[in-house]
Amino acid sequence: MPDRLFLDIVDPWINWSWLSTHVPTILAALQEHLTLTLVALVGGLAISLPLGVAAHRWTTLRLPSLTTFGIFYTIPSISLFALLIPYTGLGAVTAEIPLIGYNVLILLRNILVGLDSVPPDVLDAADGMGYRPLARLIRIELPLALPAIFAGLRVATVSTIGIVTITAVIGLGGLGQLILKGLIESFHTPLVVATVLSIALALVADRGLAGVQRLAVPWSRES
Amino acid sequence: MSILAQVIQWFTDPAHWQGTDGIPIRLVEHVQLSAESVALGALIALPIGIGLGHFGVFGNLAIGVSNIGRAVPSFAILVIAFQVFGLGNTPIILALTALAIPPMVTNSYVALREVDPDVKDAARGMGYRRPAQLVRVELPLAVPLIMAGIRTSAVQVVATAALAALIAGGGFGRYIIDGLAQQDYAKEFAGALLVALLALATEVSLWGVEQLLVPRGIRLLRAPAAARARTFKTA
Repeated sequence: MPDRLFLDIVDPWINWSWLSTHVPTILAALQEHLTLTLVALVGGLAISLPLGVAAHRWTTLRLPSLTTFGIFYTIPSISLFALLIPYTGLGAVTAEIPLIGYNVLILLRNILVGLDSVPPDVLDAADGMGYRPLARLIRIELPLALPAIFAGLRVATVSTIGIVTITAVIGLGGLGQLILKGLIESFHTPLVVATVLSIALALVADRGLAGVQRLAVPWSRES
Repeated sequence: MSILAQVIQWFTDPAHWQGTDGIPIRLVEHVQLSAESVALGALIALPIGIGLGHFGVFGNLAIGVSNIGRAVPSFAILVIAFQVFGLGNTPIILALTALAIPPMVTNSYVALREVDPDVKDAARGMGYRRPAQLVRVELPLAVPLIMAGIRTSAVQVVATAALAALIAGGGFGRYIIDGLAQQDYAKEFAGALLVALLALATEVSLWGVEQLLVPRGIRLLRAPAAARARTFKTA
């Protein structure tokens, strides 16, 4: 009997020969995944840090900014991609706008929690030592807010790595592209490889950020 | 014609309001898939989270499993369920249920753990037995966080149900996926609006339920509870 009949639909979960010949494809997908994730995180930080500091300083900004990004955050990514396509086409811009917007909300909330948690005594002491507002912010308040900011960054990272797979629908996707390939061709191997790598990437990034946090904020016991 | 004019035209076309691909049927499909999955997920997740939180055991395990659970991409769960179970609503509901569980376990566990120990001591001192203490003291105090977990899960399930169109599911996602495949931007855009509105409606209506369920006495504590709620986005 032949190993595989013409109509044999039994597909092993891992086809090692496909895997060994497609290492470059997998690495390229992984790299695209990392790039999309990094841009979404850096973009999220670039908007949320100044916005968070401003909303902490001028409390009237707080509710409008949290509400705006809260509504944006509630809208599903597939929906935002589809709404943007007529304007920004298929590509990285369409992928990044929603991803960055989601991260702004997560980070903004945590930056505010972090800045709010700085004890008033500490601020008084800093003022008494002659710190100007900007120096106080950079050298006292933001470092004390770091544990909360790191917590937000970790949530944002794990979340982004998952959502990036959905950008496969608009022709990107990183590892999501392999998941889509597995779906279209009913071929298990790329699906399994991409799922395992995506989970591993999220867990490694989460642990890695926890490690960086321990180094950056040695006084915090929060892991 | 601008895209918005085309979308308005799409919505005002009576053909899009009737039949199996009409908006009413797609709405029912979307809501049904989501509601069944969230209900099933709650039946599994809430007893686990509440039980572990009440007895204060296996907490790290529960949170750890939830954390790994949320690292699994929703898109991958859907496609795996499709490959294992084939066409139909069963794989979609199973996948959505799996997604709904982690936020509800984490939130209900944390909610029960965060009940003030003094309050529990007082309940014991007043002669409450364990079940009465759980039902009449701890659960009412835990409602805001438990509901926040259900809300997070429900919004994510509604979002992921839109992706189920990729594995031949119904719901509003059909318009997005079919519209993209047919390069029919009006259809795709209209579908995206419908999905967005449904997600926002889910968030707002569950927030309303939460307001009704939170005991008056602890409503003042709601704001900090909301800040502590663990939101998470998977789709």
